[in-house]
Amino acid sequence: MSATITAEQVEAVVYDALVELGPSRDELSRDATFEELDVDSLDLAELSQVVEERFGVRLKGDDVASIETVGQAIDLIVARAA
Amino acid sequence: MGVTAARAATKGDREGAVIEPAATNGGREGAVIEPAATNGGREGAVIEPGATNGGREGAVAEPAEGARAAAPVRDGCALVTGGSRGIGAAVARALAADGWPVAVTYRSKEDGARSVADGIASRGGAALPLKADVARPEAADALLAAAEEQLGPVAVLVNNAGVRADGLALQLDDDDWDAVLDTNLTAAFRLTRRALKGMVRRRHGRIVNVASVVGLRANAGQANYAASKAGLIAMTKTVAVEVARRGVTVNAVAPGLIATDMTAGLDGTLLEAVPARRPGRPEDVAACVRFLASDEAAYVTGSVLTVDGGLSA
Repeated sequence: MSATITAEQVEAVVYDALVELGPSRDELSRDATFEELDVDSLDLAELSQVVEERFGVRLKGDDVASIETVGQAIDLIVARAA
Repeated sequence: MGVTAARAATKGDREGAVIEPAATNGGREGAVIEPAATNGGREGAVIEPGATNGGREGAVAEPAEGARAAAPVRDGCALVTGGSRGIGAAVARALAADGWPVAVTYRSKEDGARSVADGIASRGGAALPLKADVARPEAADALLAAAEEQLGPVAVLVNNAGVRADGLALQLDDDDWDAVLDTNLTAAFRLTRRALKGMVRRRHGRIVNVASVVGLRANAGQANYAASKAGLIAMTKTVAVEVARRGVTVNAVAPGLIATDMTAGLDGTLLEAVPARRPGRPEDVAACVRFLASDEAAYVTGSVLTVDGGLSA
């Protein structure tokens, strides 16, 4: 499964999940910070759940605490899935 | 309650515990969730259709005469651990009366769990007995999955399963400590963590932890039990603030002396310390849990409701 995961796939899932958490789609970009998007630690925990369900990648509290932008989150998920 | 309570507590008979301590029954080797004895060995948890009127259909069945009328039809279910007797059984009945399909876990008292389920079914409700030792690490996933599959999303979790293994701290061995902490605190955490996944996503949930007044004030002879219940209260408050903005509430009830199998045989003089001069009934606790699980309690979270006849006042 992991070999088939692309950054585009992860981006699509992350964007969909973020929209459900509050931000509008036009606010989203790889450079957008979670702080700007008003995405907090509980939102990130929820995002982590979606990521785990879709890609089997488990992100812990320490992992998400160190990322600031949407792009960093996507890169981390892609790296973990590889 | 000091000396009297200490004397009473240290007389406690482990066999009288709501759920027998895992350490004393060798039950850890068993399956996490075992099929009921009569189900022919199918995998996982099952409902006895004839016995329990199981599944969602039961929630809308014709109520028996005298049943509470017009309980709302619920979206999802309640999961009550340690529900075969005592406080857990009363909680299961109370939530069923409020319209919740109820999954009732038990570890050893299958007859009790079936009796609770049958009683609920006879009043037009739905109940699902699930055999599990909640102290086992895999139990939370297995229980939630079984409840979700049979009754729908778990909207209400009541962490009630509890054990005692009393003795003065000087005489408590590691097994006594671990067994009580594993069941009373760690299992509640794992179930909470698992249940929150769905609750947070659905923006609704109710978690009620059955703590004890012993978690609020000392009771000699119960260092392990007190630590587990105090930990449960601290966990309640912390998780409550973490998820409050998702419409999920987390509260605790703190029963005092309640007349159950667990307290049977306690020294009668203990009652003298209770201002109400009587032991509480499981239904007294269940009524509070029912409220905390209700829509009306949406703004109550991180609280500890003592149900003790004034004992800790």
